[in-house]
Amino acid sequence: MMNAIPLLDIRDLTVEFATRNGAVTAIERVSFAIGKGETVGVVGESGSGKSVTSYAVMRILDRAGRIAGGSIVFGGIGIDKAPEKVMTELRGREMSMVFQNPRAALNPIRAIGRQIEDVLIEHALAVRATAKKAAIEILRTVKIANPEERYHAYPFELSGGMCQRVVIAIALACRPQLLIADEPTTGLDVTTQKTVMDLMVELTRERGMSSLLITHDLGLAAAYCDRIVVMEKGKVVEQARTDSLFADPTHPYTKRLLRATPRLDSQIRDLLPEPRPAPAILPRGEPLLEIRDMVKEFPARNGSAAFRAVDGISFTVHQGESLGLVGESGCGKSTTSAMVMRLLDPTSGAIRFDGTDIAAIPAGRFARSPERGKLQMVFQDPTDSLNPRWSAFDSIADPMYRLAGMRRAEAREKIESLARLVGLPIDLLDRFPHQLSGGQKARVGIARAIALDPKLLILDEPTAALDVSVQAVVLNLLADLKVELGMSYLFISHDLNVVRLICDRVMVMRQGRIIEEGETESVLRAPADAYTRTLLEAIPHPPGHSTVHARPEPVA
Amino acid sequence: MTATADHSAPKAASQRNSFWRHFRYVLASNPVTALAFALFLLIVLAAVLGPALVPYDPLATNGARALQPPSWQHWFGTDHLGRDVFSRVVVATRLDLTISVAAVALSFVAGSVIGSLAGYYGGWTDRIVGRGLDTIMAFPLFVLAMGIVAAAGNTIENVIYATAIINLPFYARMARAEVNVRRNAGFVQAAKLSGNSDLRVLAMHIFPNSLPPMMVQISLNMGWAILNAAGLSFIGLGVRPPTPEWGIMVAEGANFIVSGEWWLALFPGAALMLAVFTFNLLGDGLRDLVDPQRRT
Amino acid sequence: MTLPPKVRLVGRRLLQAAPALAGIIIITFVLTRALPGDPAVYFAGPAADEASIAEIRKQLGLDRSLPVQFVSYLRDLATGNLGTSISTGQPVLTEIVTRLPASLELTLTALLLAIAVAVPLGVLAATRPDSWVDHLCRFVVTAGVSLPTFFTGLALVYLFYYLLGWAPPPMGRLDILFLPPDRVTGFYTIDSLLAGDISAFGSALAHLALPAVTLALFTLAPIARMTRAAMLQVLGSDFIRTARAAGLSRRTVLFGYALRNAMLPVITTLGMVFSFALGANVLVEKVFAWPGIGSYAIEALVVSDYAAVQGFVLAMALLFVALNLLIDVIYTLVDPRLQLEE
Repeated sequence: MMNAIPLLDIRDLTVEFATRNGAVTAIERVSFAIGKGETVGVVGESGSGKSVTSYAVMRILDRAGRIAGGSIVFGGIGIDKAPEKVMTELRGREMSMVFQNPRAALNPIRAIGRQIEDVLIEHALAVRATAKKAAIEILRTVKIANPEERYHAYPFELSGGMCQRVVIAIALACRPQLLIADEPTTGLDVTTQKTVMDLMVELTRERGMSSLLITHDLGLAAAYCDRIVVMEKGKVVEQARTDSLFADPTHPYTKRLLRATPRLDSQIRDLLPEPRPAPAILPRGEPLLEIRDMVKEFPARNGSAAFRAVDGISFTVHQGESLGLVGESGCGKSTTSAMVMRLLDPTSGAIRFDGTDIAAIPAGRFARSPERGKLQMVFQDPTDSLNPRWSAFDSIADPMYRLAGMRRAEAREKIESLARLVGLPIDLLDRFPHQLSGGQKARVGIARAIALDPKLLILDEPTAALDVSVQAVVLNLLADLKVELGMSYLFISHDLNVVRLICDRVMVMRQGRIIEEGETESVLRAPADAYTRTLLEAIPHPPGHSTVHARPEPVA
Repeated sequence: MTATADHSAPKAASQRNSFWRHFRYVLASNPVTALAFALFLLIVLAAVLGPALVPYDPLATNGARALQPPSWQHWFGTDHLGRDVFSRVVVATRLDLTISVAAVALSFVAGSVIGSLAGYYGGWTDRIVGRGLDTIMAFPLFVLAMGIVAAAGNTIENVIYATAIINLPFYARMARAEVNVRRNAGFVQAAKLSGNSDLRVLAMHIFPNSLPPMMVQISLNMGWAILNAAGLSFIGLGVRPPTPEWGIMVAEGANFIVSGEWWLALFPGAALMLAVFTFNLLGDGLRDLVDPQRRT
Repeated sequence: MTLPPKVRLVGRRLLQAAPALAGIIIITFVLTRALPGDPAVYFAGPAADEASIAEIRKQLGLDRSLPVQFVSYLRDLATGNLGTSISTGQPVLTEIVTRLPASLELTLTALLLAIAVAVPLGVLAATRPDSWVDHLCRFVVTAGVSLPTFFTGLALVYLFYYLLGWAPPPMGRLDILFLPPDRVTGFYTIDSLLAGDISAFGSALAHLALPAVTLALFTLAPIARMTRAAMLQVLGSDFIRTARAAGLSRRTVLFGYALRNAMLPVITTLGMVFSFALGANVLVEKVFAWPGIGSYAIEALVVSDYAAVQGFVLAMALLFVALNLLIDVIYTLVDPRLQLEE
C-alpha cells in the first residue's frame, strides 16, 4: 500500500505559534503519509499537537500560527505555501474536515439544508435551482430521517449525533478525496459515537476516500484505522500498521499509552508503567447508604412538561464496597449523585446514611450537619471544581476549617500528610489552580474530599477530563485510598471499561430508572438487558491485549 | 507552632511581592495602562490638594480682567467675571470626583448585593429584582436622572442619588450574570460539601470570582457617572453657580464660543474628558491586573 | 385560523412591553406625587402665593388619598391630559407633540449616521486585528465614550461656525429667512423636499449636520465596540472554522456567516445605545438651541415648570419603549432560536 504515490504526504512539518513570550513550536518535523483509500489515525494526549497537524494540512491555523518548515503535498501538489485562493478551491472540494462539538460547528442561525447548499454552490456542483434537491439527497446519504423536513431545521433543534451527521454531510457534499476527522465523537455518548463512526467509515469506504482520524482514544483508532501515528509533545514518536502497533509497540511512550488504555480484561494495576501488587479487597460490611424509591421531578416550566429525571430508584452501598452507576448523558445519574450528596432535595424517597435519614435534612441546611464530613465527593472536572482564586492549600483546608473547626496551624500538618497521601508535592500547595496540571488538580480535589476521613465518597466521572495516562494513575490512587482509609465508593461514569476496574457491583441507568444491577463481572460478561448489551458493544477496544504485557521490555 | 508561623510569614510576603511584580509587569507591558495610572494619580492629587495649590481664589471676580485669553498670569485665561479658569478647573476636580465616586460606590454596593442574591437564589427573588431593574431601564437613563433630580429637589445629594440609581442596573445585572454562571460550578458544590452555608459560599467563593469583570465595569462606569453628573449640571441641575464644577463651567463658557472666546469652555471640557478617558483606560488596565489567569 | 408563528412571536413581543409600560406609569406617578415635598408648590411655580398653591392642590386632587390620585392620574394619561405648562400656558401634550418631530429628526439621523459608520468600522477592525483600522477603531471607541456630548458640540461649533464659517449659527432648525415647510412628517428635511423647496432643504440639512454629527460621535462608540467584539468572537467560533474547512469563500464566510451572527448581539446593544442617545439628545439640543422636547424640558426646569418636565420624562420613556420594541421585533425575526420558546 505504501509504495503507491500517497494522496497526502507530510514531510518534516513544523508549526509555530506567536505568543506573548515569543514563538512556540507546536509541532516539530512531523512526517507521515496517507495512501489512497487508506484510513490513518493520529493518536496522542492533549498538547501532542495532533489537531494542529490537521489544521496545518487544511491551512486553517489561527492567525497566530504559521507553517515554519517542511512540506505538505496533496495529490502531487505542494500546498504548504499555496495561496489562499487555491486552498479555498481545495477545501471542501478535495479535502474536508469534521470537528468535535458538532453543535457549535454549525451556523446557529442558518437552516442546515442551506448550509449544505452553500458548499455545493460555492464549488459549482449545483446552482440555486438544483441545490435544494441535491442537499436533501445528501441529507439522505448521511441517514437523516425525513430529509425534506430536516432541510429546514436549525442546529439547536437537532441532537448532537444528528448535528455531527450534518457536519459530515457538509464535509462529504462535494465528494472530496480526503476527510479529516478531528475528535469527531468526543462529547457524544458511546452508542451515538458508534453510529457516527460507522456512518463515516461506510461513506468513505464506499467512495474510496482516504481519511485521517484524530483522536485521544486508542480504542477508537484501533477499531477504525488501517495505520496509526502516535504523537507526543509535538513529535511523531511511532507509526505502524494498527495490528503491528498493538502487537509490537517499539517506542516507550506508545507502550505506556497502550498500557494505560483500559481493555476488556485489564486489571487496574495493568494500567501502570511498573507492575504493582493488586489492591487488597475490603470485606463487604453493613449497609452504609440505602436509597429507597428516590424520585426527582422537575416541575413544568413555560411550555415544557414536568420532567422526571430520577424515577423511583432504590439501591444500597455497603461498607467497604464500590458501586458503579453507569449511563449515558441525560439518564439521571448526575441528578442522583446530587441528591445523594444532599446538594439537591429529592421529590420523594428515603436516603439512609450511616443510620440517619438524611433526606429529612433540607439541602440548604445539610452543609452544617455533622453528617456532611462523612459524605464527600470528587468532581468530574478538576479545573472547574477548584476555586480559581484559592491556593491548593486553602482549597484542601476549607472543609477542615468549616466542618472540623481547625485553625490554620493545626490544619497545615494534616494537609501536608494528605498531600503525601495523594502524591501531591508539598511545594505545590501554595500554587493556584492555573499553575497546576490536570493530574495535580485532580489530586487536590481528592485530598479535599478525603480531608475529613469520609465514609462514602461519590466519584462523579473523576477521570473523564483527564488524559489516559493520568487517568491510569488517578484510578490506582483511588483504589489504594479506598483500602487505606476504609471508604466506600459510589462511582458514576459513562465508561463501563473504567467502572469495571474499580467497582465490585454495577448498576446501569436509563431514563431515570435502574435497568440492570449485579456483580460487575457478570453484568459485563452476560448482560441481561438489551440496552446494557448495546452499551457494551459500542465501546471500542484495542486489540491484542495480552500480547503487550507478555512481551518483556527494556526499562524506559 | 513557631515553625508554622515562620513558614507562613515569608509566604505572605512572597504573595505580596508577586502582586507588585505582576503590577509592574502589567504597567511595563502596556504603556497606556501606565499612563492611565499616572493620570489617575494626578486627578486624585488635584482633588485632594487642588484647593491648596491653585494660584487664585476660584470665586474671586475681577471685572477689569474679564475674558482674557490664556497667558502666563492666567494659564487657562479668565472667564466673563474675570475669575481664573485654571484655578476653577483644578478646584472643580474634588467636587466632580466626589459626586461620581459616591454615586458609583452606592450603586456598586447596592447592585452587587441585589444582583448576587438574585443570581444565586433565582426564582422569585430573581424575578422581582429583574422586574425592578427593567423598570429603571425602561427609561432613557439620563432622562430618568433629570426627572428624579427635578422631583426630589435640585441639590447635589440628589444628583448623587439619581446617578447611583441609573447606574444600579449595570452592577446588579452584571453581578447577577457573573454569580449565575458560577452558581453550579464544581468549586461551588465543593464549597458546600466543605460545610459552607449558602451565604458564605456566595460571599467567599462566588463573589470574589465575579469581582474582576465588575472592577472593569466600575472603572468604565466612573467615567460615565462623571459624564452624567456633569451633564446634569450643564443643564442647570445640582451644582449652582458660582461653585466651580466642570459641567457648569462648560455651560457658562458655551455662550462665548460663538464669539470666539474658546478657553472658557475648552479647559473645563478637556478636564472632564481627561478624567473620563483616564477611567476608561484604567478599566482595561485593571482587567489585566486582577485577572488571576495572567498572574504567574 | 391560526396565525403564522412569526406573527404570533411578534405579537408576544408586543405584549411583553406591557410590564415596562406599567413600570413607567408607576414611576412617573411616584415622581409626581409621592415624593417628599409639596408637589403643589412645584406645580404652582416659583411665583405662586399661598392661595394659589391651595387652589392647585385642590385642582390636582392632592388632598385625596394616593390610590384615588393614581386612578385620576391614569384617567388623565388615557385622555392625554398632561397638565398645562405654566411658562407657556399651553397644554403640555400640545407642546410635546409640536416639538417631538424635531427631536426625532435629530436622534434618528444621528443613529443612522452612527450605525452607518460604526458597523463597517467594527467589522473591518475585527477582520484585521492590530492593523491601522483596528487601532483607529479602538481610538474612536475610547475617545467616543470619553467625550461629553455638550463639549464635542461646542468644539464643532467653534471649528465649523466661528473659525471656518461653514456651518450656520447654532440656533434652531432653519435660517430665519425661511418659513418652516408645511407639516407632513414634521421632519424639516423631508417636508421641505415634499414641498419641493430645495433651498429650505439645504438650510434644514445644514442646521441638522452639526448636532447630528455630535450625537452620532457619541453613539458611534458603543456600536463600534460591540460590532468589533461580536465579530471577533464569531470569527473565532467553531462554525466559522467549519465554513472555512468546507471551502466557502472569504466573502461568504465574512458576510453570509460571521456578520449575520455578529449582528445579533449588536442589535441587543442598540437598546442601550438608544438610551444613551435620547439622554445625550437633551444636551445636544441645548447646545444647538434645537427646538425639540429636550430643550423644552431644560427651559421648564429653569422655571420649575413641573408639569412640563413630567410630560417630557413620560414622552421620552414611551419613545424609548417603542424603540426597544422595534429592536425586539427585529431580533425575533432574525434569530430562529427564539421560536423554541413557544
